[in-house]
This record gives sequence, structure tokens and C-alpha cells, in this order.
Amino acid sequence: MTEKIGVYICHCGSNIAGTVDVEDVSKWAAEELQHQGVVIARDYKFMCSSLGQELIEKDIKEMGLTRVVVASCSPHLHEPTFRNACARAGLNPYLFEMSNIREQDSWVTTDKVEATKKAKALIAAAVGRVIHQQPLNSLFVPIDPNVLVVGGGITGIQAALEIANSGQKVYLVEREPSIGGHMAQFDKTFPTLDCSACILTPKMFDVGNHKNITLLTWSEVEKVEGYIGNFTVTIRKRARFIDQSLCTGCGVCWEKCPKKVVDDVFEAGLGKRKAVYTPFPQAVPKYPVIDHENCTFFLKGTCKACQKFCPTGAINFEQQDEILTIKVGNIILATGFDLFDPRRIPQYGYGRLANVYTSLEFERLSNAAGPTGGKIVLRDGVTVPKSVAIAHCVGSRDQNYNKYCSAICCMQSLKFAHLVHEKTGAEIYNCYIDIRTPAKGYEEFYQRLLAEGTHFIRGKIAEITNAARTPEEEGKLVVQVEDTLIGKQRRVPVDMVILSCGLEPRSDHKELARMFGISCSSDGWLIERHPKLDPVATMTDGVFIAGACQGPKDIPASVAQGAAAAARVLSIIGQGEIEIEAATAIVDEVTCVGCTQCVSSCPYQAIEFNTEKGKAHVIEALCKGCGTCVGTCLPKSISLKHFTDDQIVSEMIGAMQVMKSFQIEEVA
Amino acid sequence: MKEYLYFPGCSLEKIAISYHLSALETTLKLGINLKELEDWNCCGATAYFHVDELLAYTLVARNLAMAEKEGTEIVAPCSACYKNMYFTNVHLKEDPDLAEHINEALSEDNLSYSGKVAVKHLIEVFSNDIGAEELKSKVIHPLSGLKVAAYYGCQILRPKKDHEDVEQPHYFEELMSAIGATPVDFPMKLTCCGGSLLISSRPAAYSMIHNLLYNAQLAQADVIATACPLCQVNLECYQQQVNQEFGTQFSIPVVYFTQLIGLSMGIPPKKLGFGKEFLSPKKAIDAIKNIHSQEELIKQ
Repeated sequence: MTEKIGVYICHCGSNIAGTVDVEDVSKWAAEELQHQGVVIARDYKFMCSSLGQELIEKDIKEMGLTRVVVASCSPHLHEPTFRNACARAGLNPYLFEMSNIREQDSWVTTDKVEATKKAKALIAAAVGRVIHQQPLNSLFVPIDPNVLVVGGGITGIQAALEIANSGQKVYLVEREPSIGGHMAQFDKTFPTLDCSACILTPKMFDVGNHKNITLLTWSEVEKVEGYIGNFTVTIRKRARFIDQSLCTGCGVCWEKCPKKVVDDVFEAGLGKRKAVYTPFPQAVPKYPVIDHENCTFFLKGTCKACQKFCPTGAINFEQQDEILTIKVGNIILATGFDLFDPRRIPQYGYGRLANVYTSLEFERLSNAAGPTGGKIVLRDGVTVPKSVAIAHCVGSRDQNYNKYCSAICCMQSLKFAHLVHEKTGAEIYNCYIDIRTPAKGYEEFYQRLLAEGTHFIRGKIAEITNAARTPEEEGKLVVQVEDTLIGKQRRVPVDMVILSCGLEPRSDHKELARMFGISCSSDGWLIERHPKLDPVATMTDGVFIAGACQGPKDIPASVAQGAAAAARVLSIIGQGEIEIEAATAIVDEVTCVGCTQCVSSCPYQAIEFNTEKGKAHVIEALCKGCGTCVGTCLPKSISLKHFTDDQIVSEMIGAMQVMKSFQIEEVA
Repeated sequence: MKEYLYFPGCSLEKIAISYHLSALETTLKLGINLKELEDWNCCGATAYFHVDELLAYTLVARNLAMAEKEGTEIVAPCSACYKNMYFTNVHLKEDPDLAEHINEALSEDNLSYSGKVAVKHLIEVFSNDIGAEELKSKVIHPLSGLKVAAYYGCQILRPKKDHEDVEQPHYFEELMSAIGATPVDFPMKLTCCGGSLLISSRPAAYSMIHNLLYNAQLAQADVIATACPLCQVNLECYQQQVNQEFGTQFSIPVVYFTQLIGLSMGIPPKKLGFGKEFLSPKKAIDAIKNIHSQEELIKQ
């Protein structure tokens, strides 16, 4: 036996040692696995501590260990830690193997004897495997310093500015004609009640004028190829029918345009815009777009009023979509959310009962730049409501719709209550399940609302109806709700109901995730690499997520994530090049028959077919080491480095031999 | 002539005889024969399923088994009969264990049921199988100006069966529009009439009936149209008690939808069972009479 193997068993405080007899395991390994080459076995309180790591380094140097096994937690957590320790002592990190005796043993086994046996079997497996491991060298690829940010809401704006301010180039792609996102639609922001536009538009202006930001509005990403450091992205820049080099944004075109269209996007259906328009006065960029689905010229072939009056001749009806191909090293997705459509809850009457509003409609109603100039009035446009009910959790925390809490609705509802109170003096009823005000200044805002005299009814609204039962209810909207604090059914007649709609993933979240090679949770939110410790990275290197596309979030949290994602990207750019996992697939060109099964099976497009040689070839930088190709290769010409057949078989034999010996003992 | 098996249920023998008569008359006029199931028994009503579920299923399954021998579709005009037959049918198909038990009991009567019968409510025959368009073409005297509260009640829709709209259905109103009447906005159209609550808690039932009548009056309905004997009885026969209890003066006639359809198709009111009610739907009949006499005048 030429290998010298060191085995290290971690107590993990009492996490492992509380269930597994670590001293016994350590003694057993030293004796029973000696024939395999184990020369030293130690147990230690925390192997991941610097003292624990030094223990390994010292043994490698002094005892000349050629293989190392650490039995502790999941490799997800500390494999890099111990690989680095080995590397520091001069041992190739791929000659290290980790055995998980915490998540797969001590945490899931209550019987101490059984847990100890299982730890032994897992260690024997790791020892069996490590003997066959080969030294591997990581690949380094250079990082393209340009960055793509998808989504021009507050999150994308923040991320783009952080990166651009550091001197790197950013492409900011936005689907709508202007950046600004949902935040541009809001009236006030909780809990401080600053005007949303006042704090947002300076940032939008900065984006529009930044020398390092290429702003691509009215555009969408169509294709993404490549890998961290080297993405090639195809973007469709839709025709605005406006020549941007000539347009001054003077606004004559939309003044003269005779066609009025209900604005379902920015004004949430409450207001109208022209067929040539910018969504709002502070739009960035200032150039309008022609909505060709509604423009009279595109529909009937005549009109061209905008063209006649444009002082610079910037209207171009011939303009075509442009396809751009850009190269970037990292991507940040900040695609935001869709509002829950309350029509799905018919008993709330939205769309049928005129004075039931969505939260976004109310934002526009209350906004001084909105369709009513900020006057809170009913749909008739004149009547000021004397009583208003606000329904929390519409579509959220509901088994029938979305199970999750939308996080923003409580504070949003409190804000609405305050605005209604301030502007109309109406009686306000907030119907809630629980009030959740967990961030800075939020609870204080709730206390302020309590003092303002808003009625809080703890109960989920059962029905909103115009079916009156008494003369007082006639002509009103009646809110039927169980007040769970007094244990009674209540019928509250009001003039207006605001539905605090929850947040939902974008309707096209699946296509988005597929395009960028990342995954969604069952709810549809994009999944982060780690919910606590890596909240803005994804399982795909070089693709980051920030803001509400990752889950419901308010503005402060979205801004923080936008900046966080920017910081992660900048740290990668700063490295200049990036290490790629060495456990990649490799083709044995001697036996490869060139059937291309592996090429079509690879989910990462990492295998190409070399037509000259007639053989498959793995692009190491793209390969994630998933092993799919290995399973499909009939002549067994592809193998996965660090996961070879003999490594896996030896691992299994190691475990099974030990388990068999335990069975023999039991029988005896 | 299309034929359906017909399960009148106990109400239609006596208290809802006008529903029975109008159902047969109107369908006949639309080219449909309702063939009464022979030797049918009670549907289990609202109570039996709560007393002994297995026996209740058996009771209903007997009717289904007899129907299976005769045809493929059975129609119930009463919402309770319909609901019991519909769900027994579904449960027998989905639960082989239950089906085995039931069939063992049925074998005593030399019957068995394999689940091949489709159960329909009478209003479904009008709205789906005949359709509002076809009905419209058969209308001789449109009930113009008659404001109808189309009252579904609860058991036609609930429990939810498939993907149908149980919150805001429109088919009843469409039928009423087809015969020229004006369906009013009646937001309580799906709310329970009180059902058998009149037996166990009169005040609660009165309150529910009051709410419905109040709402129908508010909607300025001349008449409430129903598709269920129990709804009809609760809303019509107890109006006086409700008036006493709440100090109101409701006097809203409550008729079966088939009666209104019959009127519009020119069937004489007597043949549709009119004249047996507590509150005269005079206005509805007058509407026809007026038009009729006007037409006569024009002819003359």
C-alpha cells in the first residue's frame, strides 16, 4: 500500500458528537482501515476552525499524507475550506474527500449505536474512494468586464449605477419605453412618505446620462449563450418608429396625436395616453415610442399627424426592430414582479363592482401626476369617498392562490390608510389577518395609523357585495368579514374598497429562467444559490438575481439587493479571471465513435462535435460536471473527472464491506 | 324527439306541481320528451346523507341503476335531487370500494349500477342542450318589460363540480333574456334560501329569506324565478311571516323558470300550473295578456 491517508472526524460541537461516538469512530478508523492505508485518524471539536485546518496541514507536511478524508458536514458548506487547507500544505485539493456524517447521519438518526455504525460506513466509503482519486488542475478563464442588467426598475437602476460608477461598462435592458419600473407609478413610499418619483427620478436621470451605461429600453433579451466571464447575449431592440438621433423629446408628437388609448401599464387602466407616448413626463430616455397596435397610421394607413408636426423630422414609420449581439462577463436579473390579478377572486367583485380598486390603481389615483391629479374619488370621477375599506392579503397567504406572504402589503395598506385619511378624512377599515411590520420604522408607522383613528378589523374579508340587507347598506359596497377579535360576523358598508394585491412572479418567469439557465421555486420566484449566505447569486455562475424577481420585496430591500449583486459582480471582475471546477467530462478520442448522443444530451451546450476528427469535444469552461453525457455514451468513451467508475465503485465497496461486517457481528 | 329520463322527486308530486306541469309542457313544446322513471324512490333529501351516508348512497343508487336500464341521461328538476344524484354518481365512479358495497345491496333488488348515466338539472337541459338561441326562436310572446330576479339558489352550483363558474354564472339570466324578460342585477342570486333551516331554526331562516326578498325588492324585480321547489316554498310561502317578523311589506311572486318560459311560448297559464300560488304573479301574466291583446287589436 503506497498511499498514506489521514482521516479527520469532526465533533461539530455536539451536532455530530451528540449522536455519533466520534472517539470510537476515530479509534476504529485507525485500526480497521489501516490495511487501506489509513496512517492517522483524529477527532476534533471543530475541524473547520483554523486550528482544525492546521492539524491537517501539519500532518500532511510531517507525516507525508498523500490523501485526506474529513468526516464532518455537507461538502456544500466546507469542501472548499478543506480543499484549500490541503492545497496550502502542498497536496492537490482533488486528493481530498469529504464524508458527510452530519446532514446524512447525526441529524437524521436518533439511535446513537446506529448513527456511529453509519459514520463508520460513510468514512470507509470515503477512504475507498479517495485512494482512486487523481490530482486535477483547475482551469482559469478571463472575465469580460462588461455587465448586462436586465430590468430597469429601482433594483436594476441601483445595480447598473453601482457598476457604472466603478468604471465598468453596463448594458441596461428594459422592456418598457422608460426605466423606472413599478416605483415610478407609486405615490408615496412607506414608512417615511417621501414622494416616490422625487427620490427615483434623479437616479433615472443618472442612468440616462452615464457614460458607462448603454441604455436599451423598449428592448428584450432573446438569447443567452456562453458561461461566466464570456456570455454572448442577443437583444431585440424593438422599433420605436422614432429616430433617436433627431428626436429632442419636445413632445409635439404626442400633443398632436389624435389617438387616445387606455394606458393599462403605467396608469393601471385609470388614465389615457396617446398612440405616440412616453409613459410619464420624467421618462428616461425622453424619446417616445409609437404604439403600432393602436396608431391610426399603422391601422388605417393615414394620419401621420406626428410626422407632419415633428420639428426635427424624427418620426420614421419605416423603422425596423434591431437585433444586437453583445458580449458580457456577468448578468444581473432584476425583472421584478407582476401584480396579483384580483379578478381571480370573484367574491371580491373586482371588475364587476366599480368602486373596488387594486393597489396599483389606488397608487395612480393618489398620485399628483395621476389621472385625477391626486384626488381620491370614486369611478364617477367626482364623489369623494366617506368610508373606505382596505383588504390585506389579497391573493397572498391563501391556499387557493399564493401560499406565501407578499411582504409589502401590510405596509402598503397602512400607507393607503394614511393617504385616504389625510386627503379625504374618510372612515377607514383595514381588514387584516396579521399586521406584519418587521423593518426599521415600520412598527412606528403602524402605531401612527392606530393613533390616526383607522379601524383595524382582524379578519379576512369573505365577500365584497352590493347586495344590501338594510337601508344603510343601499348603494354601498358591503364588506362581509369575521372580526376574529370579537368573534362576530360584521357587515361594513363603505364607498370604496382597495384590494392590497399580492406580488406574483412575472408571467413569463419560466421562459426567463430557461433562457438564463437558472431555476424557479414552485411559486415561480427565481432561486438564489443560498437563502441566507448567498442571496443574490444563482446556481449558474455569472448570473445574479436581485429585487422582487427573487421573491416579494419592498424598495429598501430591492435597492440593497441591487447593490449587493453589483458588488458580487465587481468582485468577480476584479479577479480578472475565474477558476472553473476541474471535475469536468473528458472524451476518450480513441473509442469515441462520433455518434453525437452526448452533444444533444448536454444541458449546458458544453460538448461540440469536431467535424475534422469526427469526435466529440468537451468545452471545459462550459462543463458543469453533471455527468449526463456519461450516462448517454454507449461505447463509454466519456468519463467525468473526479467521478470515474472505479472511484464510485470503490466508494460503494468501502461502505458495503463495513456494513456486511456489522451484520456478521449482529448474527454472531 | 329527444328523450330524457325524468326524476320528478317528491316535491313535484304535490307542493311543486306547477313546476312539474310547466316542465313537461315546455319541454314538449321544444321537442323533448321527459319520460318519468318508473318506481323511483326518495332522493335522500338534505337529511339522510347526514344520518347514514352508505344507506343514502344506496337509496340514490337504486334510482340510478333503474335509470341505467332505460337510458343514458336522467334529469332532475329539483336542486336537492340533482345534487344527491350527481354526487352519488361521481362517488360511485371514483370509489370502486363504495361501488362494490352498493352493488351488493342493489343485487337484493336484482339491480346493479355501472356508472353509465349522466345526471342533469332541468335548467341545464334548457341552457346547454336546448340553448338560449334555440329557445328564443320558439318565443311567441316575449315577456317584455318583466323584471325578473333569476335566483339560482345554492344547490345547483355548490358544491363545485368541475370548472364551471360558481361565483358569477350567467346562464339563468341568459334564458330570461331569451324569453324577452329583463333580468335585474340580483347580487344574492347564489345565496342560500335557508333550505331546511325552517325546521330547526325559524329566526335564522326568516333572516335569510328576508335578506333575499329585501335584495330582490331593491333590484326592483317584479318576480323571482327559481329552479328549485325548496327555494320557491321558502321565498313565497313565508313572506307573510317574514313581514311580521321584520315589519316589512314584501309581496314578490316567486315562480318557476319553466312557468315563465311556458308563458313566452304561448302555453295557457293554467296548463303551466298558474293559479296555485300564494302571491299572484299577475303582473307576469298580465304582461303577456297585454301584448296578446295588443296584437289582437293590431290584427283586427
